[in-house]
This record gives sequence, C-alpha cells and structure tokens, in this order.
Amino acid sequence: MIAANLPALQVVLPLAGAPICAILGRRWYGWLIATALCWATFAISVLLYVQVAENGPISYMLGNWMAPWGIEYRLDRIGALVLIIVSGIAAVSAPFAFHSVHAEIPEDQHRYFYTAFLLAMTGLLGMAITGDVFNLFVFLEISSLSSYALISLGRDRKALFASFQYLILGTIGATFIVIGIGLIYMMTGTLNMADLAVRLPAVAGNRVVDAGFVFILVGVAIKLAVFPLHLWLPNAYAYAPSVVSAFLAATATKVAAYMMFRFVFTVFGVEFSFDQMQLSWLLVPLALIAAVTGSLVAIFQDDLKRLLAYSSVAQIGYIVLGIGLATQDSVTAAVVHLFNHALMKGALFMALGAVMLRVGSVDINAIRGLGARMPLTMAAIVIGGLSLIGVPATVGFITKWYLVIAALETGWWEIAVIVLFSSLLAIIYVWRIVEAAYFSEPSETGATVTEAPWPMVASTWVLAAACLYFGLDTRLPVGAATEAARALLGGTP
Amino acid sequence: MIGELPPFLILLVGALLIPLFRGRGQPIFALVVIAFGFLNLLSLDYGIYWQLPLFDYTLVFGRLDRLAFLFTLLFHIAAAIGFIFALHVRDGMQHVAALAYAAGAVGAVMAGDLITLFLFWEILALASVFLVWARRTEAARGAGMRYFLFNVVSGLLLLTGAIVHIHNTGSIAFENFGLDGSLGTLLIFLAFGIKCAWPFFHTWLTDAYPEATPTGTVFLTAFTTKTAVYALARAFPGTEILIPIGTVMAAFPIFYAVIENDLRRVLAYSMINQIGFMVVGVGIGTDLALNGAVSHAFNDVLFKGLLMMSMGAVLQMTGRMNGSDLGGLYKSMPITTVLCIVGAASISAFPLFSGFVSKSMVMTAAAEEGHTIVFLVLLFASAGVFHHAGIKIPYFAFFAHDSGIRTTEPPTNMLVAMGIAAVACIFIGSYPDLLYSLLPWPVDYEPYTLTHVITQTQLLFWSALAFALLMASGLYPPELRLINIDTDWLYRRLGYGTMLAFRNGFASSFQSANTGIRPWLGRIYDRIHAHHGPQGVLARTWPTGSTVLWIAVMLGGYLLLFFLAD
Repeated sequence: MIAANLPALQVVLPLAGAPICAILGRRWYGWLIATALCWATFAISVLLYVQVAENGPISYMLGNWMAPWGIEYRLDRIGALVLIIVSGIAAVSAPFAFHSVHAEIPEDQHRYFYTAFLLAMTGLLGMAITGDVFNLFVFLEISSLSSYALISLGRDRKALFASFQYLILGTIGATFIVIGIGLIYMMTGTLNMADLAVRLPAVAGNRVVDAGFVFILVGVAIKLAVFPLHLWLPNAYAYAPSVVSAFLAATATKVAAYMMFRFVFTVFGVEFSFDQMQLSWLLVPLALIAAVTGSLVAIFQDDLKRLLAYSSVAQIGYIVLGIGLATQDSVTAAVVHLFNHALMKGALFMALGAVMLRVGSVDINAIRGLGARMPLTMAAIVIGGLSLIGVPATVGFITKWYLVIAALETGWWEIAVIVLFSSLLAIIYVWRIVEAAYFSEPSETGATVTEAPWPMVASTWVLAAACLYFGLDTRLPVGAATEAARALLGGTP
Repeated sequence: MIGELPPFLILLVGALLIPLFRGRGQPIFALVVIAFGFLNLLSLDYGIYWQLPLFDYTLVFGRLDRLAFLFTLLFHIAAAIGFIFALHVRDGMQHVAALAYAAGAVGAVMAGDLITLFLFWEILALASVFLVWARRTEAARGAGMRYFLFNVVSGLLLLTGAIVHIHNTGSIAFENFGLDGSLGTLLIFLAFGIKCAWPFFHTWLTDAYPEATPTGTVFLTAFTTKTAVYALARAFPGTEILIPIGTVMAAFPIFYAVIENDLRRVLAYSMINQIGFMVVGVGIGTDLALNGAVSHAFNDVLFKGLLMMSMGAVLQMTGRMNGSDLGGLYKSMPITTVLCIVGAASISAFPLFSGFVSKSMVMTAAAEEGHTIVFLVLLFASAGVFHHAGIKIPYFAFFAHDSGIRTTEPPTNMLVAMGIAAVACIFIGSYPDLLYSLLPWPVDYEPYTLTHVITQTQLLFWSALAFALLMASGLYPPELRLINIDTDWLYRRLGYGTMLAFRNGFASSFQSANTGIRPWLGRIYDRIHAHHGPQGVLARTWPTGSTVLWIAVMLGGYLLLFFLAD
C-alpha cells in the first residue's frame, strides 16, 4: 500500500509538513520536524530510485484519474536521480542548519524558515517527479516563491534586493514557461508530457509551436541561469543565509537543468529541438562563454560566496554544453554533472557557512590562516575546489572526461580546448582560497576561532567525501546518467 | 578479525587523521596506523582485490602476489622504522607527508593497472616533496622544486605512455610489457627510469635528498626509487638495455662519491650505485638475477636507511654535514658510531651482513649469463662502495681528525630506530633463508660458499688497504667545501649561463621588447579586469530593468531568427 503510493508521498510529505512546521515549529521543534521530513523524503527517493533501476519507469496516476486527463507522476532514471540529489542535499543540510540558522536568522522567524525550506523542497521534488507540464509550472512556482522568501531572510540588507531581483526575473521566467505551455496546449490539447511528445510532431513546423518552444526555452534558461540570463544568481547566492545558499546552489539550478532536459529531449524531442530549432547553435556558444566568463569573474571576486556563485555560472555552462552537443556522451556528462556539481557546491557552500558562523564573514581576508584554525572545514573546501577544477579522483574529473570526449567525437576540438582552459581558470580561483587559508597569517578575528560545531563539519564532510568517493566509484552516477542519456536521446521517457 | 582493507587506504586515511593529534601523539598515531596496516597486510591472501569500474575500464587497487607482497612488507617496515626515528619531530606537516608518502608507495606497488599506478605515482611525488621543503631553507626550496619537476615529468611520461598504450592495446593492465618498440611502453619505460634515477636523470636524487630534513631523508631513501625498481621488475624484466644502464649506474657515482664533501650526498650517490645493481638484476632477468634485484632492494632500504639515519643523527646533533667539518665524534657518540659501522659493513657486503647475501646474487647471475664485462664493472663498483660508503662515511664523521665537536648521543628514539635496522641487517646477513623464503621467484642460491666468502673478503681488504695508503700518502682527494655539479650542470649552469648571455647580448632589444610587451600584457590584464573585475560589466549587479531587456533581446532574437528562417 505504502510502497505503491511512494511517488505521491514523495511530494505530499514535505508539503503537509510545511503547515505543521508553521504551526508547531516553535523553538527547535521546527528544525526537528524539517529534519525528520527531509530524511524521510530522502529514504523515499532512494526506494524510488531502486524501483526505477530494477523495474524501469514508474507511472503513477494521482487520484486514479487516467492520463492524459488526470495528472500523471512519471519517474524515470533521470527524474529519480534528481529526486535523490534534492532530497539527499536537503537531508544533509538539515543537521547543518541547526547551528547555522540559529546564528543567522532571528529566532522568531525560525519556524517560517523551516516552513519555506520544506515548501522549496516540495516544489523541487514535484518538478522532478511530475509528468504533466502544467503541474510542473505549479511546482516551479511553489519552489520559486519559497526560495524568494528564503533568500530574503539573509542578514545583509542587500538580501532583500537580491531576493526582489530574483523575484522579478524568476517570475518573468515562469511566465514565459506558462505562456509556452499555453501555446503548445493550444496546438495539441494536452498537458501530459508523454502525450505531448506523441502529438507535437504532427503539428511541428507550425509557428505557434516554434514560439512555444522559444518561450519555454528562454524561461527555463532564466531559471537555470544560462549566461547572459544569470544576473540574478550571484546576488541571490551571496546574500542568502548559508544553508539556503548551500541548498539552492546544489539543487535549484539542477532541477532547472532537469526541466531543460525534459522539454528539449522528452516533450519536443531531439529532432525538433536540434534539427528544426538549431538549439546547438544557441546553447553551445552561450555555454562556452559562461564557462570562461564565469570563471574569469570568479577570479576577481573577494566575497567567497559570490566567487562560488560565479563558478556556478561556469559550471552550469558545462551542463548546458552537454545538452547543446546532444550526443550520448555529452548528455551523460550533463546528467552526471547535475549530481557532481550538487555534491561539490553543496560541500563548498556548507564549508563557507561554517566559516560564516565562526568568523562572521566570508571575505577572502576573513579566511586567512584558517587552515590551521579550522582544519576540517578548510580541507573540505580544498576537496570541493579540486572537484571544481576537475582533478582526477574527484567527481569533477568524470564530467570533464565525458565532456571532452563528446566534444572530440563531434569533431569540435575547440570546445575541448575551451573546457580545459576554463579548468585552468578554476585553478586560479581555487588557489586564491587555498593561498589565503594556508599560506597567509591569520587576521585578528581569525586568530582565535575554533572548528565549527560537529554537525556542521559532519554535513560538510559527507558531501566532501562523496566528491572523492564518486570520483572513484562511478557506478551510481555514471550508470544512471548513461541510462538517462540513452532514454532521453531515444525519445520517449 | 581485521577485515580486508586496502593497505594504502589505511595509511592514507591515517595520514589525513594525523592533524587531529598533537605533539608526540602524531608520530605515535602514525606508528599505530602502520602496525594496523601491517596486521591487515598479513591477513591478506594473494589475489586481486578492490576493483573499481572507471568508464569502460576496471581499476585494480589491490594486486597481491609474492613480488608485490615483498615490497609492501618492506615499505611497512621502512615506514615504521622511519617514524620511530622521527618520534621526536614536532612538525605535523612532515608526519602527514611521510605517511601519505608511504601510502603512495604501497598503493603503487599494489596497483594492478596503469591508471591506478599513475595516481599513486603522483601521490609519491607530491607527498615526498614536502619532506624536502620541510627543511625550510632556501637550498631545500630550490632542490625540492627541481625534485618535484623531475617527478612530475616522470608522472606525465607515465600518463602519456599509459594513454598511448591503452589506445593501442585496449588494456589498462599493469603487467609484463617488455620493451616491444611501441611508443607507449617506451614512454612508460622512461617514466620508470626517471624515478629510478638513471644516469642523466639522477640529478634530482643527489640534489634533493641531502637537502631534506634529517628524518625526511630516511623516508625518501626508502620509497621512491624502490617503487621504481619494483615497477621495472614488474613490467620490464629481462630487458637487455637495462644491463648497460644499471652497470653505468653502479660505476659512475663512485667517482662523485669520492670527491663529495656532504656526507648525505655521498650516501645519495651510493644509493644510485646500489640501484644500479638492482637495475642490472632486472635487466638480466633470470630467476636468480630478479631475486637478487628485489632482495637487494629490500636490504638496501634497511642498510641505506641505517646509514642515512646515522648521518641524520649527526646532522641533528651537530648541525653539520660536511666531511671537512666533522670528525672525532666517536668519543661523544659511540653508539651511533657502532650502528653506522654496521650499516657500512652491510652496504659493503661483509660476510654476515645483509648486503653480502643479496648483492652477490646479481653478480653471480651476471657471471652465469656470460656478461663478463658487466661482472667486472660490478666488482669494481663493489670495491668502490666499500670505499666511499663503507669507509669514508664512518671515517670522516666519527674518526679522522678531531673536529673538536663535543655533543651527546641522539635522542633514544633515534637510537632505537637505528638499532632495529642494524639488528635486521645482521639478522638477514646471518640467516638469509628467511629473506629467501619471501622472494618471488624460486631460490636456488647459497651465499656462504668458501669461494664467495674469500673473494669478497679479499676485495674488501684490498680496498681498505688502498684507502689507508692513499690517506697516509696524502694523495686522497681532500674534502673541500665545494658543490660538485654533475650533469645538472646542463640546467643549473649551462641553462643559467645561456640565459645570462642572452640577457647581456640582447639587453637592448630585450628591454625594448620588454617595454613593448609589458604594457601590452598590462593592457590585456586591464581589459579582462575591466570587464570581469568586481566593478566590470560582467560582475556588476545590474539594474533589474536592463536585465529584463537582455531577456527580451534573447527571446526576440531567437523568435525572429526562426520566423525569418521559415
């Protein structure tokens, strides 16, 4: 009974938990409820992943209304992997949140924080599991609205502006998506993804469909922060509370990338997207510019959260590049990078959260000499940094390997060169952090700090260790990604 | 009870955990880790362990056979002795580096494929260079950098060779390649050669090892070159070209060792000389020769370690290392003196000491296979070893003219470490059967025959006589405070000289070029900074309105493009 309804529970559990959290979440109860729910949803995602891996895609009819009339939850490999990313990062963030939230957010707002956190998670999970485009939009709005609220809770007053800007741009993005959905609904009369995939080829070549595609694509690109539509991202990540930065950086853009996979490959299909709409010519140049420019900007940043945010822009470039090249290897790289980038950025932002807690700032000068004072936290930053660069034996290497292979296979060796060049740039900004942490004299405030509380260190290290583990044992992410890429390129979900 | 854990992982995790301890706890913890690793190793059976799929290949992190087991065992012993010797050191960086270094060596020896080998090859290079830098002198910094460069080049050659080889054969297995003339194996061969300190590639060793810390050199002596010998024995046994290479290695350092003043550098040269014997053994490739090579590697770690430790103790207590500055120390360091002499006797292959039972295997093999010239050169090299390592080291450090230095014995832990190594040297020399029973190939060799004992003793006494006569007649090259530069002249002097000439000869044009390029570079930087710097157009926080404009441009552009195209 429960096993059969797992897909619904996956979303309903955090959704139902949110109001409970708002009502009962005084003092630390909010944290407790959120943590319990995060771990429960993580367990559900793992179960679902195992089911999908063993028995193939799961189709679940909400309220037993048959698709395409009712809302269908449809879960395949890539969806299940994204569920694991979202709920896994949430589960790791929860223990981390306790001290961090305590230090950064006024106590009377804690329960609302956890409520919004659960809602954001609901939205992200829902987007990954649903098989209905309008339902996707609804979940997108749930996650977006709650993340605006989460970002605005940041201590710095600039957080309000960052949140406002994200709200405007995010809303435009969502509006574009819903316009696009409306256009294709007009042409096909269905909202079910699988059904759309069947009906769209019949009406392809119609300008309404073209326009729908463009609207959806640009809308998704805004949420995914594809260069040059990334402008909301650096501020949002930089000024949000530490936990929020870690959670959103690791999950929100991943789910947005998942949306792009879904629309480009599943709904519209490879043929339409890449032959008729020439998507490669749009995505590949933008992705390459993002990879280089994002890294270059990151080099000059002194605020480490902004630095990482720009590095995210560059890393998103890799994902988009993988989508743009549209070969088996490149899509594998993109899918696997969803997972890998979540691990490394999660670890890095959490480590910065620990620095924020102890030093009160994440400026590059604030971490001077911390290598000796906070050895575990700084070591995690080094591992995350090595992953960003793509050193062998870290997860970053796996992505780069597949991307470079894909680029060489398509004969565009220039792309491989640019990818490697942007890795060199990553060495520079990672080295700046290492140099400050290990080779500089500590600042006055930095001389007395101690290591962060153990739950924070443990959370950070779970992700850092995963960066190393999955860099060596690639069975889970690469296995899932290869399957997912095959399914995506094959057409039907 | 101990599960089957990868031996390298125990050491590596141990290395990462060292910073959690303070003071003396660090080396003690390291020793506990090594002991744990040792027990774990003993509980392992021969076989293939810990395979990980990477892309289309399977990485093998654990291949344990008799050859790999001998070296893993050796590295655990060497690491344990090294840490006992370093028990008094209060420098976390050195302890971490040393244990990670041991992990790299163990991992490389157990690697079953080329990619894993490359991984540990680089760990070896990276971890060990910190032992050089830990001396924290200008000379150590420079030597460490040169050392690191050589080792990185070796790693790059290995990686390139591995990629070519994998591309050609489709197999990543690290096995007996033989030098089949393909590019891949040649590059791998060269990579091993650099790490093995072949002539012309050896300068990193004599350059850097004497600059490391007193304790660091002990680790350096044990791991890098022995791993390379292992790699050669694994991949290129019986490769003919190794015989001349090894012979040259055994002979040429003698001349440098005689004139060298820094006693640890003398030992570094004698290391190359000893590795020469091993390389010859690998090159001959018969069971006897290979056994000789690996057993000599085993013994070399012990007696060279012992000598390096005794010199480290001298350096530690007196702060000096030049033969011309030392002398007469036997009065204040009698125990160290005795232990050093044990090491000297072992390296010179005195009967009843460990060198005797392994070196002769290589030489006998050379004679059996009809390499007469090689045999004679090795004979000369043996006499030379006795001369510079067996006599010169103890003589100049502990006897000779009294330098007036009055010091005390080194800390107990150093004496204990040296004592263990000394006992091991004598034990193996007296009861070689234990070592022989561990050897990878079938052993049919009896070291203590009348002829062998007599020849060796004759050789040693004549060599000693020569030294005594030369000293008495004043013909012996005096110990001078000079830096002997051998082939590193090519890059340390010639390269520098060329650069000077270039600078002087082209001063004006260079300057004008400089003034031409400098602002140009500056402009590039400025331009990048202008756009990407914190205030640059790409990094600024944009007004929401203009951001939206971009969105409109992108949407409109894309729409327009396809509407026009239709």
